[in-house]
Amino acid sequence: MATGQSLVLCDLRQEAPLALSVFIGQCAERLHAGERLLALFGRSEEGGGIRATAVFHSPEIPARLTVLRGQAKAGEHYPSLTVEHPAAQSLEREFWEQTGLHPDGHPWLKPIRFEGARQQQMGEYPFFRVRGQEVHEVGVGPIHASVIEPGHFRFMCLGEKVHHLEIQLGYQHRGVEALLLGRSPWSLTPLVESICGDSSIAYAWGHCAAIEALADMPGGLETDLLRGVALEMERIAIHIATLNGLATDIAFLQGGGTYGRLRTAIINATQRLCGNRFGRGWLRPGRSRGLAAAQREELLKTLRDFAQDFAGINELMLASHSVRARFQGTGTVSETAAREIGLVGLVARASGIAIDARSQLPGRLYDRHPLPMLTESGGDCWARMSLRMREVEASLNWLCALLGDATLDLSTRHAQHAQPSTTPPALRPHSLCVSLVEGTRGPVIQALETSAEGQLLHYKVQDPSMPNWFGLALAVRENEISDFPICNKSFDLSYCGNDL
Amino acid sequence: MFKSISVRRSQGSQYIPDPRQAQPAGFRGKPLIGEAACAAGCGRCQEVCPSRAITLSPVQIDLGRCVLCGDCELACPSGKIGFDNDFKLAATEREGLLISAARPHIDPVKVSAELHKRFGRSLKLRSVSAGGCNACEMEINALGNVNFDIGRYGIDIVASPRHADGLVLSGPISRNMTAALQICWDAMPAPKLVIAVGACAISGGVFADSEGVDRRFLETVKPTLYVPGCPAHPLSFISGILDLLGISS
Ligand code: SF4
Repeated sequence: MATGQSLVLCDLRQEAPLALSVFIGQCAERLHAGERLLALFGRSEEGGGIRATAVFHSPEIPARLTVLRGQAKAGEHYPSLTVEHPAAQSLEREFWEQTGLHPDGHPWLKPIRFEGARQQQMGEYPFFRVRGQEVHEVGVGPIHASVIEPGHFRFMCLGEKVHHLEIQLGYQHRGVEALLLGRSPWSLTPLVESICGDSSIAYAWGHCAAIEALADMPGGLETDLLRGVALEMERIAIHIATLNGLATDIAFLQGGGTYGRLRTAIINATQRLCGNRFGRGWLRPGRSRGLAAAQREELLKTLRDFAQDFAGINELMLASHSVRARFQGTGTVSETAAREIGLVGLVARASGIAIDARSQLPGRLYDRHPLPMLTESGGDCWARMSLRMREVEASLNWLCALLGDATLDLSTRHAQHAQPSTTPPALRPHSLCVSLVEGTRGPVIQALETSAEGQLLHYKVQDPSMPNWFGLALAVRENEISDFPICNKSFDLSYCGNDL
Repeated sequence: MFKSISVRRSQGSQYIPDPRQAQPAGFRGKPLIGEAACAAGCGRCQEVCPSRAITLSPVQIDLGRCVLCGDCELACPSGKIGFDNDFKLAATEREGLLISAARPHIDPVKVSAELHKRFGRSLKLRSVSAGGCNACEMEINALGNVNFDIGRYGIDIVASPRHADGLVLSGPISRNMTAALQICWDAMPAPKLVIAVGACAISGGVFADSEGVDRRFLETVKPTLYVPGCPAHPLSFISGILDLLGISS
């Protein structure tokens, strides 16, 4: 097992897979010992069995990603991990939906995205029912009032108060994981960039790193630097889009106007570097578009101008009484609850949990060029908003320091470590590579398994939104139903990332 | 108060005066296919293309499929394919989106006198994402920001299909969205039109071959305007719709 902290490469011939009961038993032991279960998935094998994989964040020093492998017969049952570790709930549901392995005792066994044979059975979702004379239900979606992806929200209310919210997703399911097996692994990046289109860089980076590891051609620090720059540009753009949405949702119009044009400046800068406002085409396995000296200067200037105006509008927004009145104490997820249900990424940090792969699984890039671990303690809409502002500031500082450091070479000379037109190298056979990139919403995980011939056999994708949607459902409990839009925006989770 | 004024001052005036004349720096837009001869037996561009947008002999790119990734340019050993920052990519006919050395331009959008009369001063649109990856959706949202400000032409995104004259479709149409899309379309009062935004909506894009996609909706409803891109650039959308409705900018 080789590991670059946020990446692990396993030779699958070295260890035999565990029987399902042993596999689940060991997962439970690790959870008890304080390891975090990041992903749990399986694929069908020829002959009808299921090959299962669990990915853990193991906190020993230095922290790293570790993998457990199991084997099961089709339709087998096992004792649900969720009973004692609610954080496993969405992972086990997906595991069940994709493999048919049944977690006995799971309290909430419902489809995650209605894939496979369940497609177009969206009307059959088993909603939780709250009974009582004064209970009423409000259903919204899948199509919402604004320009936003589809999903169905069903509120069970007592008067104006939300007693429970149930979120039904799956409308965006495009069958991404199956499609990823249909082409040469070297020309998958455009598809990977469209899995969750506002996080193209995070996905492309994880994908490129995995392919490069499987092909034994890792890039150098220069490649990481460039990809790191691209990722922070993406983080700034998406956080600002969310801040824009939050301001607009509470009719703080100056925020809407200013964040809107500030975001334009950032994504237009991205377009100047790679041809596309969303970073499409910037990263490819074996290469990344570098920054010429003039481009680097121009970017630095854009960021410096941006930083000043960004600070101004933040100050205005944070000082406004109407903004405070709407956001403070609204949509709170306590630290205990956040831990219990296994929130990840920004929303976990806004509830006081210090998790960020850039700090905890730094690898060579963030070892040398660290970003601070930022958290907020409130767990409410206000905390999620302020944390987004602070994360943008941290990204700006980091970018300006890197771009201003004349000793760092970001030009194409180093970024190109393979010629695109040569025949692409083969991938290692019998291997599993898991990569993790801390994107705007949290850890984007991709796991690629190869066959005896070095062909892709399984491609598992996991967006940070999947475990986090349940957090939104908790956040709105006991809140006014009219505060749902700001709660939803403050989480700003991905529908297509969940639905795949 | 003073803070608010200073933020307003720094905001300045941000709208693009004439979107048709904009110059989006660096944008990888319209493909340019040169006259250079292809190396014998070479099909590199076709191999790397993620959306089956390229056909060979002669080399032709279907902008309805192309996601403007630029990979074909890098793969081509003969330097036959390039891109410029032309964002006027929209067309009123699906076949108008084919580009080759012999046919280097997209068919210009046909101005419709009827649509001009009906919607030239006010067009209300309802957006439906049917499997979109949130990039086209964010660009559709950006149409209304202070830079593109499409509202100045009387074009708005509205909340209810009942209030809408047109449906802006993004995404390849996931099977799980087919029912909702149809209900939304049926709820819109006639006369009504569909605008297909992005490679996914036009052709299925990189998802065209997926079993999770069901595009039968478009067998019964033909889009009035196709806006290519991945995601479609706001300028492609604006110039296309202004041309269609005969609105001067
Ligand atoms: S730019 Fe268009 S035609 Fe060229 S490879 Fe990408 S999708 Fe295919």
